[in-house]
Amino acid sequence: MKKQHKITLSLLAAAAALAGCVAAPSSVDLDRLTADIVKKSFRDQGIVKVSVLDTDETNRVCSAADVAGKPLEADIAKKIEEANLKAVKWPSDGKFLGDWKEGEKLAQSGRGLTWTDEATTPNGGNCYNCHQITKAEISFGTIGPSLYNYGKLRGVTDPNAPAAKAIVEYTWGKLWNTRAYNACSNMPRFGHAGLLDEQQLKDLMALLLDPKSPVNQ
Amino acid sequence: MRMTKALALMALATLAGTPAWAQKSAAVQSIEEYRAMLQDGNPSELFEAKGEALWKQKRGPKNASLEQCDLGKGPGVFKGVFVELPRYFADTGRVQDMESRLLTCMETLQGFKAAEIAATPFGKGEQNNVTALATWLAAESRDMKLKLPQSHPQEKVFYEVGKRLFFQRGGPHDFSCASCHGQDNTRIRLQDLPNLTKNSGDGVGFAAWPAYRVSNGQMWGMQQRLNDCYRQQRFPYPGFGSDATIALATYLGVNSQGSASVAPAIKR
Repeated sequence: MKKQHKITLSLLAAAAALAGCVAAPSSVDLDRLTADIVKKSFRDQGIVKVSVLDTDETNRVCSAADVAGKPLEADIAKKIEEANLKAVKWPSDGKFLGDWKEGEKLAQSGRGLTWTDEATTPNGGNCYNCHQITKAEISFGTIGPSLYNYGKLRGVTDPNAPAAKAIVEYTWGKLWNTRAYNACSNMPRFGHAGLLDEQQLKDLMALLLDPKSPVNQ
Repeated sequence: MRMTKALALMALATLAGTPAWAQKSAAVQSIEEYRAMLQDGNPSELFEAKGEALWKQKRGPKNASLEQCDLGKGPGVFKGVFVELPRYFADTGRVQDMESRLLTCMETLQGFKAAEIAATPFGKGEQNNVTALATWLAAESRDMKLKLPQSHPQEKVFYEVGKRLFFQRGGPHDFSCASCHGQDNTRIRLQDLPNLTKNSGDGVGFAAWPAYRVSNGQMWGMQQRLNDCYRQQRFPYPGFGSDATIALATYLGVNSQGSASVAPAIKR
């Protein structure tokens, strides 16, 4: 550990010497050093492997923008959104809505994929952690917008009617891969990342869009 | 989590018959009252007493105390060191936080094996002693303002690396530290979240750990706090005292520079 550290230090010193003075390391040096430190600091534990940190271009670009403290350039954001939209898989049977009661259970659960979970622990949707959803559940987070009356506010009286098609498809796409509509959204990509399956997404769709769901009362 | 649920139910019971618009503020208010109640008698005092005794006690293969430990202000100085960590130490050539520095002293002065203690799970064996020591040392800097040194190049590098770690999106959920701690006035369920990208004020965020957690009856140091954040983020396991945890702590501490440390604090 100590030895590796000294190597890192001497590399930095060498970089500084090359720069001709005691100049601070460049942003590229710091990115490289961070990657090096991540590699040495994290280990597998339980069901979580270090490989989950090998992330994609979408995340890399957004993290870099966050570090720089600047929003993405519009054209780069558009490219990311287009690539993610292309990756959305639509329901295999063309049906978008399942059972809102099952959706509510998923929305309540924040379980799954931590190193204290088992491989058999079903993944929850984590929805209430960040969103208000039904009026009955007052323990809700505020990182995301309120989804109370989601369908009603958007004029969805019959999710199967042609008039509702656009909002139904958008909602599916948003749940499957939120980055298709907002390049650096904080929301997980539930379908894209395989966190929830098609039936579970349909159940969440029903929670949001079924006129009988408590969300739309 | 169970506690959150119970609180929510309590709040719900109190709220029966109140108008919808009043729910949020009343729920938050009852949580705040509960937190205020917790302030009477913080069990962290027991850990402080244990930590102070451990500092003076001759222990380990070398049967020595920690009284000559250099935590940044010279051997044996324990007042005010907590609010100046993490910092660079010339003898190890590393930036170290309180807990990793305690391991260094336990190895050099007392003859314990630092790597062995680092590999011990939280809440077991010598890890409990490290937590107690950190708790006492935090108390010896209570109400002092954070002033982490940033003059050594490695301290600046660690701040910059910590910032990159803070914004690192990854894992199956694409979470970063910033997913929860990058905005003002947000919460997870009913739990308020400090914005850690800037100074979050006296006794908030970095300035509140170590802390006693009522929900599980455990005393947690900053290392365990960061470890559990990473767990919930669905990241892999950060080694105890690893450079990633120390760089992250440096970023958080420097962002809170000037705020008063209330550690050891008490949490829900």
